[in-house]
Amino acid sequence: MLSLFKKPRIVGGVHAEPHKSATATKAIITHFPLPKKLYIPLQQHVGKPAEPLIRVGDHVLKGQLLAYSQGVISAPVHAPSSGLILDVNDYPAPHPSALPIRMIVLETDGKDEWITTQPMDDPFQSSAEIISLRVGAAGIVGLGGATFPTAVKLNMGRENHIDTLIINGAECEPYLSCDDRLMQERADQIIDGVRLMLHGMETDNAVVAIEDNKPQAFLAMHTAALPYSFIKVIQIPTRYPMGWDRQLIRYVTGKEVPAGCRSSEIGVTIHNVGTAHAVHHAIRYGRPLLGRVITVAGGAVKKPMNVEVPLGTLISELFDFCGVEIEKTARIVMGGPMMGESLPHTGLPTVKATSGILALTQDELKDTEEQPCIRCASCLSVCPAGLRPFDMANNIRINQLDAAVDLGLKDCISCGCCSYVCPSNIPLVQYFKYASGEVMARQQAQHKAEQTRRLMESRNARMERIAQQQRDEEIARLAAKAEREKLKSEQETVA
Amino acid sequence: MYVLSAIVSLTLLGLFLGFLLGIAGKFLKVESSPIIDELESLLPGSQCGQCGFPGCRPAAEALVEGKASASLCPPGGSALAEQIAALLGLELDLSTVKEPELLVARVSEATCTGCTRCFKVCPTDAIVGAPKQIHAVVADACIACKKCVDVCPTECLQMHPIEVTLRNWRWHKPVLPEAGNAVC
Repeated sequence: MLSLFKKPRIVGGVHAEPHKSATATKAIITHFPLPKKLYIPLQQHVGKPAEPLIRVGDHVLKGQLLAYSQGVISAPVHAPSSGLILDVNDYPAPHPSALPIRMIVLETDGKDEWITTQPMDDPFQSSAEIISLRVGAAGIVGLGGATFPTAVKLNMGRENHIDTLIINGAECEPYLSCDDRLMQERADQIIDGVRLMLHGMETDNAVVAIEDNKPQAFLAMHTAALPYSFIKVIQIPTRYPMGWDRQLIRYVTGKEVPAGCRSSEIGVTIHNVGTAHAVHHAIRYGRPLLGRVITVAGGAVKKPMNVEVPLGTLISELFDFCGVEIEKTARIVMGGPMMGESLPHTGLPTVKATSGILALTQDELKDTEEQPCIRCASCLSVCPAGLRPFDMANNIRINQLDAAVDLGLKDCISCGCCSYVCPSNIPLVQYFKYASGEVMARQQAQHKAEQTRRLMESRNARMERIAQQQRDEEIARLAAKAEREKLKSEQETVA
Repeated sequence: MYVLSAIVSLTLLGLFLGFLLGIAGKFLKVESSPIIDELESLLPGSQCGQCGFPGCRPAAEALVEGKASASLCPPGGSALAEQIAALLGLELDLSTVKEPELLVARVSEATCTGCTRCFKVCPTDAIVGAPKQIHAVVADACIACKKCVDVCPTECLQMHPIEVTLRNWRWHKPVLPEAGNAVC
């Protein structure tokens, strides 16, 4: 009875068709043929783009630093294989717009020759700062898709005295199973990565949360974590978006992250299992982040699989390897089907954020004919952020963006639950994405107007000052002239 | 009887208060409408003249007098039109408001003679340069007032649309099904 008064531990969410079995039962393919050319974007993370320090024509070794991190929130980029730098120029980005961003084009020489790495013998003897420095230098970012530089998060963890590290093994997006396979096959490495992250954050406890539709991953992780009493592996209900940090924190710790705050402010930090795996390699072997496991799935894929590819591999090569029937593909999606972004073509590289590439057929897409809202409030009940999607969308439709912001537009995480359940096929998330962009643009315009005013004022003040100076000089000149004439006339009278 | 006293007292009160108001209206008269000041602070303040008025204050005055529509300011776009309409209580059909085509001045290095005329007229100091040196435009500070274009003797300063990059790319508004031609 008391449980009725408790706060719910899961808010909203949907139970989407998982579509995971095609890839989750097969081992990770590690023999992906090395592509001839790799297209490595300088920005694969949140924050400032990395700054290239190689020149066109340079020969680089695998793991060599190509571009260094700029500023506090940034991450470096390394050569995923050995070869020749062909170009540093603008190429289409893996983004719905496919607009160009700066990339380094590397022609691989096929030798895959490693640079001398510096593994750490006993990382637990070195200080926490060294661990996060190494993690930062390895270019590791959040591999769940948020791509926030991990080292920054470790540092924030130390500063904020985190008491619990949550390792996100939820993988709640349908189709994706790269984290699942990683946990099944490399549980020991992930647990070691978790221990290293705990050391780097100076935190005592970790909870690995895995959705209960991945029993094998849970078993593997549970076994691997048995020797370490401070790492708890738990099962969580399967319900999208369970892997959203706030939902996961709410479920695991019972704490609610206040709106507009970071999770570290309530003493919790979340990292992805893939990130823990990358940290293990960076610290134990001194290997930077050069590749990742990507799920290639969808109705148009003949051989759906999880495959480990070097960063910068073009999607077209990935599709060739997995036997994607392009003519059957209605939509190419990077990431999961709920939050992923649709890509216009396959000539785009895979990046650190790419957890999956889906080639979906027309049958797998939702009927997109939009009909009027019938006020069923389904979107309201599934919204994990507790918002009123239909209300926000109506306001956005009539351009009342301020009203939408008041309704909590900024708390929307674009999880897509509302669009998923909407019986009228209203593209709710698209409205919110549009409105967020528009609100941002207006803020920037406002900012620019203020700056313009400031510039104008300082220019006017300067003009005034210069005019005043000229007047003063004129007065001084006239005074000097008068003085001279006076002197002259005095001299004349004396003479 | 009560009715009569009520009528008399209320009439007297009304006359007295009216008298007071009349006096106050005479002695406490505000020289310019505060709403003009408020409007002026909303407008960009760059005196660019794209609205057809000599500056932002005359434009604000015209707005208050009803001689200009809320969507008069091209650099402000629909966001500003909305604010003005809300302040003046005007009806505003946003579909008629054209989003400003964002422009930015650019110097063609091949033809710039370094004459310094452009940066002397730039109201926001967005052009940098020195005599006989090629000038350059600080794109973030440019407000597209086109004053530099008018004074450039070699036509090397031209307005160009702002390039869409990943940083300023935005999602479009979903198109309504019943009005397929709705503005995006």
